[in-house]
Amino acid sequence: MSFYETMARLEQLPYGTLWSRYTAEDVKRALRAEQVDEEGLMALLSPAAEPYLEEMAHKAHRLTRTHFGHVMQLFTPMYLADFCVNHCTYCSFSSIYDFPRKKLTLEEVAREAETIAATGLRHILILTGESRRDSPAGYVRDCVNVLRRYFSSVSIEVNPLSTAEYAELREAGVDGLTLYQEVYHQETYRALHVKGPKRVYRNRLDAPERGCQAGFRSVNIGALLGMYEWRQEALATALHARYLQDKYPECEIGLSIPRFRPYLGEFNPASDVTDRALVQIILAYRLFLPRSGISLSTREPAALRDHLVQLGITKMSAGVSTEVGGHSLEGGTPQFEISDNRSVAEIAEMLRSQGLQPVFKDWDILSEPLGLR
Amino acid sequence: MQDPLMIGGVTLTSRLFIGTGKYSRNTLIPEVITRSGSQVITVALRRVDPESSDNIVSHIPSHMTLLPNTSGARTAEEAVRIARLARSAGLGNWVKIEVINDQKYLLPDNMETIRATEILAAEGFVVLPYMSPDLSAALRLKAAGAAAVMPLGAPIGSNRGLQTKELIRILISETDLPVIVDAGIGRPSEAAEAMEMGAAAVLLNTAIATASDPLLMAEAFRDAVSAGRKAYLAGLGPVEETAAASSPLTGFLA
Ligand code: SF4
Repeated sequence: MSFYETMARLEQLPYGTLWSRYTAEDVKRALRAEQVDEEGLMALLSPAAEPYLEEMAHKAHRLTRTHFGHVMQLFTPMYLADFCVNHCTYCSFSSIYDFPRKKLTLEEVAREAETIAATGLRHILILTGESRRDSPAGYVRDCVNVLRRYFSSVSIEVNPLSTAEYAELREAGVDGLTLYQEVYHQETYRALHVKGPKRVYRNRLDAPERGCQAGFRSVNIGALLGMYEWRQEALATALHARYLQDKYPECEIGLSIPRFRPYLGEFNPASDVTDRALVQIILAYRLFLPRSGISLSTREPAALRDHLVQLGITKMSAGVSTEVGGHSLEGGTPQFEISDNRSVAEIAEMLRSQGLQPVFKDWDILSEPLGLR
Repeated sequence: MQDPLMIGGVTLTSRLFIGTGKYSRNTLIPEVITRSGSQVITVALRRVDPESSDNIVSHIPSHMTLLPNTSGARTAEEAVRIARLARSAGLGNWVKIEVINDQKYLLPDNMETIRATEILAAEGFVVLPYMSPDLSAALRLKAAGAAAVMPLGAPIGSNRGLQTKELIRILISETDLPVIVDAGIGRPSEAAEAMEMGAAAVLLNTAIATASDPLLMAEAFRDAVSAGRKAYLAGLGPVEETAAASSPLTGFLA
């Protein structure tokens, strides 16, 4: 059994008429439920829930404060390499674009790390394009060895790996895995991933589960919102998270809500995800999965982020560059444009002004052999 | 009234233990301490960053007994490692063992908790294990060297109160370790109830940290814990279990 079977079931649903089946009564029932089930989740994502956003927001806010308190965990991504063998129609790192590619040397990794650590951040998410030749698991491991000197937690966002490779990275001190399916709808997935190994839908879909099996402390998933009908994509993401949470209770399953952003190419998304829609998705996630972390990236503009921090978000990135070496070196190509350019200090100040405590450190890498058993 | 609680060689006059998580700012902590009258405070080692200017420990007055917890640990080994790190970081030798393998409800893993307790008690730690209220686990924890047991009233952060009341009652009557009710208490009345039942102390965080006025709530809990304790010491009047039958069943004997 894998989530693939659930996905196959979802794709049989009569999506054309499905969402209009839900009524205000269904939404109210979901709002009252102690534990929202799949039907409740669908009601919360349906058009019938739109007039209830305010009520959903109050409940989401309450649940978030009860489970997570008045704190917000901060992290930042660090791009190690932009070599990529794939052509994804929505990304600047696609192999069809011609620009000087870069991969950080270990000295450069240390310099980036030092610059980022000076802002106070202790959690980092490292990213690469997808290239087993230029940025293989071994390279990532070498970088992690450097990064551990500067950070108390290191997560990865790299091409899907095997369980053994994930286990090896975990041994090296990687705590978390982030891997977005990008698009859950299979047909659209194939259309958007034109060339390269990323075309293999199932290899990507099953990778978060391999991460759970390899023993990462946290696994973070998400759909790139806008690439297909957002209600379906949000439904698939939430059910994927619940599937992983039920099967791997020891792993912390988190959700991300990336919206499509401008990049080098001309592609425009199929489904317009308005701010209202984004809010509905966040609230539905929070009500369905009260204890799951929800991350918010700098893809969203500052003013919107300032509001979203009260609605269910528990982690946010700050002081972001989407270029390789963007914190301490010159002139990379950004993977996509960010919207919130504020520094770590500015984000921390915004959080404090809203009665939230920015948390820079929330874990310590514990991977050294303990010699106990 | 002299009614101290002795744990690990320390004499406590307050039976309210508090936490440091979930506050909107760390600078609230000293005032919460004052208003709650608490003398023991838990701090998650995972959050302690000695290099940070806003280091959580620097907000805790020195008269407090620090109770570093192993939150984040998913195995006995991780808990042991975190406890040793806490001691070497100068946080003292008390430790609250928290081993949680279930990220959905955050319920503790009693088996791993017992293993960690054994190792750490042997190393001289004053071990206070957070547990699901299970009598055999409590007895094993005692045998492993725990200084108290900390059963949950309801899942962490749920503010649902004393859902496990009957099981906690059994722990109180069957173990001679202090029973400190930890997690779940959302209202002062629930803290008072735990104390009336004979709990040695209560530990809470969410109920104070997420109240609209945390300082006033800290005071409310201070009063509730002390009222519940006094009621316990005074001995509650008996509750009639059944009403007297209207027509006596043994009347024919007369
Ligand atoms: S999304 Fe990832 S795999 Fe696709 S082109 Fe960009 S870097 Fe490569």
